[in-house]
Amino acid sequence: MTFSSHQAKGKPPVDLAVDEPDSQPSPAWTSWWRAHWLAVLSHLAMVGLWSLASTRMPKFILPSPLDVLLALMNPRYNWPRHMAVTASEVFGGFALASIVGVSIAVIFSWWLFVSRAMMPLLVTINMIPKVAMAPLFIVWLSYGIGPNILITFTICFFPIVINTTRGLKEVEPDLIDLVRVLRASRGQILTKVQLPSALPFIFSGMRVAAVLAVAGAVVGEFIGSERGLGYAIMSFQSTMDTPGMFVALALITLVGVVLYGLVILAERCFVTADSRASK
Amino acid sequence: MNVAEASPAPDSVQPFIHLDKVRKSYKARGEEFLAVSDVTFDVAAGEFVALVGPSGCGKSTLLKILADLHHHDSGEVRIGSPDNPFDPSRDIGMVFQQALLLRWRTIIDNVMLPAEILGLPIKQSRERARDLLAMVGLAGFEDRYPHELSGGMQQRASIARAFIHDPKLILMDEPFGALDALTRERMNVELHRIWRESGKTILFVTHSISEAIFLSSQIVVLTARPARMAALVPISLPEPRTVADKTNAEFSNYARKVYELLGMT
Ligand SMILES: Nc1ncnc2c1ncn2[C@@H]1O[C@H](COP(=O)(O)OP(=O)(O)OP(=O)(O)O)[C@@H](O)[C@H]1O
Ligand SMILES: [Mg+2]
Repeated sequence: MTFSSHQAKGKPPVDLAVDEPDSQPSPAWTSWWRAHWLAVLSHLAMVGLWSLASTRMPKFILPSPLDVLLALMNPRYNWPRHMAVTASEVFGGFALASIVGVSIAVIFSWWLFVSRAMMPLLVTINMIPKVAMAPLFIVWLSYGIGPNILITFTICFFPIVINTTRGLKEVEPDLIDLVRVLRASRGQILTKVQLPSALPFIFSGMRVAAVLAVAGAVVGEFIGSERGLGYAIMSFQSTMDTPGMFVALALITLVGVVLYGLVILAERCFVTADSRASK
Repeated sequence: MNVAEASPAPDSVQPFIHLDKVRKSYKARGEEFLAVSDVTFDVAAGEFVALVGPSGCGKSTLLKILADLHHHDSGEVRIGSPDNPFDPSRDIGMVFQQALLLRWRTIIDNVMLPAEILGLPIKQSRERARDLLAMVGLAGFEDRYPHELSGGMQQRASIARAFIHDPKLILMDEPFGALDALTRERMNVELHRIWRESGKTILFVTHSISEAIFLSSQIVVLTARPARMAALVPISLPEPRTVADKTNAEFSNYARKVYELLGMT
């Protein structure tokens, strides 16, 4: 699971079987199962309890797992279309926030007076609950995908810019001296030392942002959209279509999980084992 | 810093490094704090000069002034001479007091860093990096990450890095501080050989008097804070030097002299 980077670089894996002399080199899923069977069990138990409870309640309060599955399969709901809209808002807003957030943090690290002026301002703006700005964004950008991307962006932007700024600030000054001796350009200092060194911070900002991203898009869809999973939930509320709401919730979660998973995956690829340990 | 602005050469050969009444103070919590005061000495091209002096006396500060990482307040610092021009971007190799390896780069990629920044041909530099790593006893560790190496090994990698772009001047700040006694002796012999073969000018800060004597052609003794010049001690020991020389009477005489200058006898 976590001892990735060195094996990935083509080095012989450490002999992990030393502690268990009787175990044959086992297929990957066996060791996965050994590590995660409790987690799998708890998820199954929840589904079990849910179906038990659903037998005693009306469908519009608590549909059974089967009802939900049927709603998922029913083409009438047009799930792929709703999901594509929500996913593009979430991923678009997140990607935009990552690019803009890191760039602004770099600008802060280059010009101290910009940082002195803008950082407190950003902190103040960050105090505004972002979802409360959604109606305003809709006034500005009208209905559709635009305002929802903007809401997701504002939610994701702050953790990324704040963490990246901190990461760039905490680069060991001697490491910068090391390349300054060679008259490295500002761009070289950034790409060779500052950014790689701040990478663990950037990723921790992105992880926080990934968790929040979905909420932004969905709230936007609640109030101003005719498409997307958030819109779907609102419309099923008026028809008491609880199974549909369950499916929409599950798909929203799925979008969030995929985004979070991709961030973790990128972190595994780009951040070496050591810097993760010493963070 | 003035860099070899070919001033009219006097009749004698100009020194490669010229320091005259160099002075530097830090401001800490509103107070001026004199770190280096009136340091004056010359270094000829190809010399090996050791800087010794008590801890906190400003040796690292002096090296950083030479590397143009810090600015001095007054005095003159000049590197290079008409017959030995000096390009500040590619003629300094620096070994810091800590290894300062980039943890996300393998050892060989760390050694390659100066070559990348200066835009040197990658293929040749890689060959050279391998040779340098072998020279400091790290053959076979090229593709490891810094955290997989001991402190002493990391420091040796940082020495290889200082040589990769073939600079004329090498500034070393207690490079062997993290090494065990045996490796240290071995590195002393090796560094002395490299210096004699390469003809580089080396400034070397150390706390070990015997290391200073063994390695150098001249020792600069600095007093306690602020670093003022106590004395220059030229060393003339027969070449090639071996570890056994450290037990010679001649060697002990030098040692006694340096201890006296440091006020330790
Ligand atoms: N960036 C700085 N800001 C303020 N004071 C500093 C700074 N760097 C060094 N000093 C002070 O200047 C003095 C000289 O420091 P320096 O690091 O040059 O000493 P040194 O001779 O290299 O000591 P050591 O042998 O322990 O490495 C010290 O007393 C230190 O407190
Ligand atoms: Mg020092």
